[in-house]
Amino acid sequence: MRMTSVRPLRPTPSKDTPALHARAMDNLAFIRNTMEAAGAFTAVSGWGMVAIGVLSMIVAFVAAQQNTETGAMSIWLALAVFSPLLMIWAMVRKARAANMPLLSGPGRKFVLSFSPPMAVGALLTLVLFRAGLMEAIPGVWLLLYGTAVVAGGAFSVKIVPVMGLCFMAAGVIALFAPVVWAPWIMGAAFGGLHIAFGIPIARRHGG
Amino acid sequence: MAKNGAARDDARPQTHMKGAAVRRSPARKAEELDRLIHERLRLGIVSALAVNDSLSFSDLKKLMNTTDGNLSVHARKLEEAEYIACTKSFEGRMPKTQYRLTAAGRRALERYLDHMEALIRATRDR
Repeated sequence: MRMTSVRPLRPTPSKDTPALHARAMDNLAFIRNTMEAAGAFTAVSGWGMVAIGVLSMIVAFVAAQQNTETGAMSIWLALAVFSPLLMIWAMVRKARAANMPLLSGPGRKFVLSFSPPMAVGALLTLVLFRAGLMEAIPGVWLLLYGTAVVAGGAFSVKIVPVMGLCFMAAGVIALFAPVVWAPWIMGAAFGGLHIAFGIPIARRHGG
Repeated sequence: MAKNGAARDDARPQTHMKGAAVRRSPARKAEELDRLIHERLRLGIVSALAVNDSLSFSDLKKLMNTTDGNLSVHARKLEEAEYIACTKSFEGRMPKTQYRLTAAGRRALERYLDHMEALIRATRDR
């Protein structure tokens, strides 16, 4: 006796589905890469940087009023947690406005290159705090943030790694300058550099 | 990047019915692409011009890493479709060709991006 064939409730995905998906993703990545290479678009949000710069200046002022190093450091740590969230929100907005995927190709490379130095920075902060070497923390933060920006910026427009180098230079100054200068160097670097580089990025590179 | 051969697929933009496209199969959607800018070099030209006011012929050639002949052929196809506009001038004694994206070209790129996203969504949903 011959049985009738059973029709599945859900249609079996056709063979061309994965290929079409991959090709569409590849086309979007190609558009993104071309725009990045054309030197006028970066997923890094200039206005996000300006906002972080303004917040950093406020934090520098408030931290300078604290009586203890731990108190000042806690305020900077709060900013260190809030800033990435603010930047991610700004980058998502910028990518949506430009109708570009955020995490394809260069965007993903940026995140992968930017994250390790930041993770090392978080770990070293803990080590330095436990060792009582609070005065070294501002220099280490600036150096590693600069390293992260240079590494991530290799996949973005030229101005981004230049900004990273400026942060690294500020880190070197913070490491060797008198300890009392550290809060002001932090304010000038995290505040001033973000604003100084954020405005041209926003104006020339899509927001 | 798209060095091989000149423009072969001369198909004009076919359909731009976004709502209708969403209900169709991924394979059907792929067939409805604006093939004029689907070709890699032309897609590259349009993408590069989308983020610049204008680019010179030599800028585009360097960016696309292609030959003079290949770029000319593909740029002309886009010009004929009025996706890009071309201005010729002289810089001293040297001729200079500048390209810029037209409003129609920008709309075509936006449609193409929408189309790719719809395709990805449709294949993910299956």
